[in-house]
Amino acid sequence: MASIRLDKVWKKFGTTEVIKGIDMSIREGEFIVLVGPSGCGKSTLLNLIAGLETLSGGGIFIGGDLVNDIPPKDRDIAMVFQSYALYPTKSVRDNMSFGMVTRHVPQGEQAAALAEVAELLHIETLLDRKPGQLSGGQRQRVAMGRALVRKPAVFLFDEPLSNLDAKLRIEMRTEIKRLHQRLGKTIVYVTHDQIEAMTLASRIAVMDNGHVRQFGSPEDIYERPVDLFVAGFIGSPSMNLFKGRVTEQSGLRLQVEDPAGVVHFPIPKNLQDAASPFLGRELILGLRPEAMVREGAHRPGSETFSFDRMIDVVEPTGPDTMLVFTLGGIEAIGRVDPQDKVSVGTKFRFEVDMSRAKMFDPATGLHL
Amino acid sequence: MTQTAPAGIVRRKGLRHRLMRILLFAVLGVFCLYYLLPLFIMMATSLKSLDEIRTGTLVSLPRQITFDAWLKAWGSACVGVRCDGLKPYIWNSVLMVVPAVAISTALGAVNGYALTKWRFPGANTIFALMLFGAFIPFQVVLLPMARTLGVLGLAGSVSGLILVHTVYGLAFTTLFFRNFFMGVSDGIVQAAKIDGAGFFGIFSQIVLPMALPAIVVTVIWQFTQIWNDFLFGVAFTVGDSNPVTVALNNVVNTSTGVKEYNVDMAAAIITALPTLLVYVLAGKYFVRGLAAGAVKG
Ligand SMILES: Nc1ncnc2c1ncn2[C@@H]1O[C@H](COP(=O)(O)OP(=O)(O)OP(=O)(O)O)[C@@H](O)[C@H]1O
Ligand SMILES: [Mg+2]
Repeated sequence: MASIRLDKVWKKFGTTEVIKGIDMSIREGEFIVLVGPSGCGKSTLLNLIAGLETLSGGGIFIGGDLVNDIPPKDRDIAMVFQSYALYPTKSVRDNMSFGMVTRHVPQGEQAAALAEVAELLHIETLLDRKPGQLSGGQRQRVAMGRALVRKPAVFLFDEPLSNLDAKLRIEMRTEIKRLHQRLGKTIVYVTHDQIEAMTLASRIAVMDNGHVRQFGSPEDIYERPVDLFVAGFIGSPSMNLFKGRVTEQSGLRLQVEDPAGVVHFPIPKNLQDAASPFLGRELILGLRPEAMVREGAHRPGSETFSFDRMIDVVEPTGPDTMLVFTLGGIEAIGRVDPQDKVSVGTKFRFEVDMSRAKMFDPATGLHL
Repeated sequence: MTQTAPAGIVRRKGLRHRLMRILLFAVLGVFCLYYLLPLFIMMATSLKSLDEIRTGTLVSLPRQITFDAWLKAWGSACVGVRCDGLKPYIWNSVLMVVPAVAISTALGAVNGYALTKWRFPGANTIFALMLFGAFIPFQVVLLPMARTLGVLGLAGSVSGLILVHTVYGLAFTTLFFRNFFMGVSDGIVQAAKIDGAGFFGIFSQIVLPMALPAIVVTVIWQFTQIWNDFLFGVAFTVGDSNPVTVALNNVVNTSTGVKEYNVDMAAAIITALPTLLVYVLAGKYFVRGLAAGAVKG
């Protein structure tokens, strides 16, 4: 068990800067999830923590010790690679025990750890096969197993569940969470799956182009995004971002215009002060799909506001139905109860919970 | 044909395609004959008696099969002044080829591994320089090498020849292994590093077992090159330490007495036999190794 601290970490490959001065403090036993668009440097950051890449600048501390010059094998970490990176000539069993063999773990302990992890990952029947004889999802589980059999201070997971079927993925997600609760190890976990990020993380780091945009609890990230990037990246379907002009009309309102008409969103009370300097200028209103539902469906007492729009597309997902419409020149999505769905081309009266609205300055992209 | 075709591949039917296939196999057959004819003539000649060779034609089958020529070539033909046949020289060649192949292949594997999986500044330059070595003609290194062997006190010995072949072969073996390891995912080596293995641990336990096709290709290549080499053999060894290729030359070029074509042919086949054998035993891997890396997985 160990804390991790990144101190102005830089990484360049030749002249391309991939990690651009990341500061991050991870407490002992925390479960950190890294999210961000493809190519933003998540795997590179993991490799830096693991010691598989050398830093171009800054420092990395594990358990309080500067590890810049400590090779991977002495950092007491285990890692699941995005590419699995199984040893092709070794059986599943030998793949998983290789790390224990090189560390001279006693035979009995090895066998016990192997059996426990194999059961956890449902790969008991695959132990004698070679990686080439496994399906993608099976390989991924073996890659997980290879990390889990060891008892390191830090686990690094690079998209460990990306290739599993939906059911297994949820099951494994729960297992990982349980494992974390039981062992209390520090974990850094990369994923593209938003639900995985939200459910597993004690804190999420949203990365973009070599920077950390926001580092906070899942609730913080979701409810209080610091800027347009985080707001747009987190949440699926993503937040609707309407551009409009601030006007005064029995309180401050945001006027969003398009050929189908004008909508005057009342600016929520808690943001009125911050928005007032923008009177007459543009602001961006962020509304999550679930904040836009059928009129009357919100809990009473919230700051509600209603408007009509024509429905362009209807996307049922099962528990919810997405209604796609155009407002202010963007494709917006409202998330309604399946029973409230209407047919394409008809008018629908949406009700918005303005207390959940976010407002962004279009010039800086920052939240007000 | 359909039964022996690779399972399950659908192919066109019809007269035209049938004819094309027949044509294809006819052409292949002609090429096959073209390559096999010399071997046939050598075989046939080596099994004939001298009388029969003088009276018969080149391509006829032996009327009476006799192994005298083979026995003579093996045990009693005269190489220069010594008349023990090729036997002692074959042994020289074996003593030379086994260590030379083993050492150059082992070093090539380590080189290729270090150049691709433990990249260090200047790795590409070093590789380019080594590659350059593969293009240096034999003749260029003769004199410097002779001097070096002299300084080392290895002139005229089998050990000297081993050194020469190892050094000269390193360029090729490094090239083979480097190219093979380029195709091996770096992630595997990284995973092994995290699993706690070091440079040689990863090499021997992870990387080398994966490199079997490359090892086979390199061994065959080096074996044929070194076994068949004549120039280094004739330049750096004397008399009793000659490899078999040089001895064969001496057998064939003996100017005394009548020309014993059957003994010459038998001697030539005996000399070539080990390389043939290596191909037969490992040829499957050779083709596979050459194609390795072309397709992933
Ligand atoms: N060895 C390298 N040399 C040069 N550029 C590299 C190297 N490795 C990664 N990069 C670049 O660094 C950037 C970040 O790569 P990285 O693999 O960390 O992305 P990622 O966030 O893990 O993406 P994904 O979600 O697709 O896995 C990419 O633009 C990539 O092209
Ligand atoms: Mg990645």
